[in-house]
Amino acid sequence: MAISFDKALGDFPGHLSLYGERSSLLAANIANADTPGFKASDIDFRSVLAKAGGEKMVLNTTHASHLGGSSAVSSPELLYRIPTQPSVDGNTVDTQVEQAEFAENAVRYQSTLTFLNGKFRGLKLAIKGE
Amino acid sequence: MSLFNVFDIAGSAMSAESVRLNVTSSNLANAQSVGSSEADTYHARHPVFSAVMQSLQADAGSVGVRVDGIVESQTPMEKQYQPHHPLANEDGYVFLPNVNIVDEMANMISASRSYQSNVEVLNTSKQLMLATLRMGQ
Repeated sequence: MAISFDKALGDFPGHLSLYGERSSLLAANIANADTPGFKASDIDFRSVLAKAGGEKMVLNTTHASHLGGSSAVSSPELLYRIPTQPSVDGNTVDTQVEQAEFAENAVRYQSTLTFLNGKFRGLKLAIKGE
Repeated sequence: MSLFNVFDIAGSAMSAESVRLNVTSSNLANAQSVGSSEADTYHARHPVFSAVMQSLQADAGSVGVRVDGIVESQTPMEKQYQPHHPLANEDGYVFLPNVNIVDEMANMISASRSYQSNVEVLNTSKQLMLATLRMGQ
């Protein structure tokens, strides 16, 4: 029985890239907290993950030595945040909200990394057999 | 790697906020620089920010900040009767800059807070990237 890294790691690599993308989005919101007319945006994490879990994107293989490719999460749809306190200049960034979301996103990223590290530890243990 | 974008975005915001701090400090420094006419006197300056796409390859989410320019305030200046002042005009008036100290102090605090939150974002992203590099070790 061969060890497949793709199967062993599960959805975690996709989650990691999604969290990375979301952190750049939230960083853009925080960076533009003082830009007139800037609209804060975010992605709906649950729906993106649900979509990725429902239909795995697998590349077609027409030859025995082709690689299947990983089940990457498709690029998420941008949604605008509904402002709680919109300002006169058209800016809809709520710095506190964005900071909280960024912190949560960072913790989720880190927990996904911890899970991945656990997977790698398990694989190492299986390979070494000690 | 989208975490690298965070460095560009937060960096652009930090440089924009530092321009804002710089402008505020020059406004405060020149708050008492009187002149003999409205054209000669220091006008309060304010930076104008706009959102800018970081690169063509990047997704729509990576939006940095750019300083579009610095505008001079056109608020009418206050005249003060000081006939013995060396810069007084023929009627004995000197013009005070249209710098509003209260505005500038509020601007300064806002700029430094925004700068701080961007530094925080940068630090967090750096830690995440370093943790990612250590993955599997």
